[in-house]
Amino acid sequence: MKNEYRGECDEGPMEAMTFAQKVLSRASGREAFPGEIVSAKIDLAMSHENAALVLRAFNEMGAKEVWDPERVVLLFDHRVPANTIKAAEGHQAVRAFVRTEGLPHFYDLREGICHQVLPEKGHVLPGMLIVGTDSHTTTYGALGALSTGIGATEMAAVWATGELWMKVPRTFRFHLTGRLDGPVVAKDVILHLIGMMGADGCDYRCVEFVGPVVDAMSISGRMTMCNMSMEMGAKAGVAFPDQRTRDYLKGRTAKEWGPVLSDPEAEVEKEIDLDLTGLAPQVAYPHSVDHVKPVEEMTGIPVDQAVIGSCTNGRAEDLLAAERVLHGRKVPDSVRLIVVPASREVYLWALESGVMASLVRSGAVVTNPGCGPCLGAHQGLLAPGERCIATTNRNFRGRMGSPESEVYLASPATVAASALKGQIADPREAIG
Amino acid sequence: MRGRVWRYGDHVNTDVIIPGRYLDDYDVRSMAKHALEDLDPRFAKDVAYGDVIVAGRNFGCGSSREQAPLALKHAGVGAVVAISFARIFFRNAVNVGLPVVEFDATGMFDGWDVALINLEKGVIVNETTGRTGRFEPLPDFLLDILRDGGLVPHTAKRLH
Repeated sequence: MKNEYRGECDEGPMEAMTFAQKVLSRASGREAFPGEIVSAKIDLAMSHENAALVLRAFNEMGAKEVWDPERVVLLFDHRVPANTIKAAEGHQAVRAFVRTEGLPHFYDLREGICHQVLPEKGHVLPGMLIVGTDSHTTTYGALGALSTGIGATEMAAVWATGELWMKVPRTFRFHLTGRLDGPVVAKDVILHLIGMMGADGCDYRCVEFVGPVVDAMSISGRMTMCNMSMEMGAKAGVAFPDQRTRDYLKGRTAKEWGPVLSDPEAEVEKEIDLDLTGLAPQVAYPHSVDHVKPVEEMTGIPVDQAVIGSCTNGRAEDLLAAERVLHGRKVPDSVRLIVVPASREVYLWALESGVMASLVRSGAVVTNPGCGPCLGAHQGLLAPGERCIATTNRNFRGRMGSPESEVYLASPATVAASALKGQIADPREAIG
Repeated sequence: MRGRVWRYGDHVNTDVIIPGRYLDDYDVRSMAKHALEDLDPRFAKDVAYGDVIVAGRNFGCGSSREQAPLALKHAGVGAVVAISFARIFFRNAVNVGLPVVEFDATGMFDGWDVALINLEKGVIVNETTGRTGRFEPLPDFLLDILRDGGLVPHTAKRLH
């Protein structure tokens, strides 16, 4: 049981390896080198609503049973409660499958977003190899796991066999130094990096976030960074375990674990050193996540809607950051402020701490934990010509509703400041 | 395979290939009617069986939705040729049996030219102009999945 996800490659006279190499070597049972394709044993397999698609492929393959029910986690978050009859039918099919297969780890509509719930419930451990049928599965790298998004059909093959072919990624390492000032947070850092690298700047790479800025970051902030690493094409993003990781996992898992780290001499394709002192709040403008500018170049653009939530920024410290800006003030009638807690745990914390009451007094409409309007399914879609500033992760054309609407991405503080002003605003001024 | 060419640019993302508002419907035929509609409303109406998409960098970036390659396949697309692909789209395309070719054909084709592609040999021809390009064929095990029509029939064949 001890250090199940560490394997033997941390000991013995093997040559220096990166984190991604170590995890894939353990999972494939042989030394894995960048560029090679290996068949890897999966430690954890996550699906949300699209489990309905996985299930269909699973049945069509003629598979009999799930290879290891303990390693499969299913939940609903994209369309909860069901927003259409078809969505309800999808939920129904998955619930029936969970019952007949006796799958032990199923969270129905009440828990929240997969990328928040899996870490909260202690499913994610450092060194694990995790796949999920969602592109933001990279989030789990915040706890030191190698974690990536896959498609529904290949997930059916994982359910059937427990294995998947994977290319061993090369590694980019971001060494982040300096100090973040005032309301500048992880979201601003990752938007800045995406703007710098471009939407495909880290294609197929494992991206390591290291340095004093990452050390000082909460697990929540690291989740934001790893979550959005995929918006620059990364296969996986990772922040290595430390005391914060230990504190986070304490009480969430009874399993023993040990960190898996890159060897210092291991070959890294690119090292990027960046001093972030003086970094301004960042905003991504339509219709690509790599269209990034400092907020001062964007202020004054009117907004109709402001959204705080999603797997990127719907956690306790995100709601708190927004509340600090909004505290005691009212959002004008011309702006719809929608707040979506990432999970039930976050929701309860916000209720019990008074943060939610304060946000509601400021004029927020609060929806149940889930993906909310982020992917344009429900709970706050945009009409043609409307503009939204959101803490979410994508601003593609039509992402949150009409193809003639616009989405801007920013941190919770920037979104809150913009909601107050009815136009994109600098949170440094709002806090004063 | 052979088909007319539709030309697109860089970063064609999964939200424009099939918008989130249609994803509650797991019927691929109705999804195919909305393929690429936010980028090019003509596409779903005019696309013919076997047509080829020629695009720039990072095709299929964004979400892991397998409905993206499925919508293109069921709309009739025979292959997507792009300078590069987002990794999940690439995997999904192979898994649903939609051929993908990593090759810069953007300078070789205009819209409505006719493309001829041999996946095994790694050859692409513009029949309209006569220009020929060569690309690295996919590894054999991926070509096998495509030959079987996708990962579902491929795995079914292995299991039985």
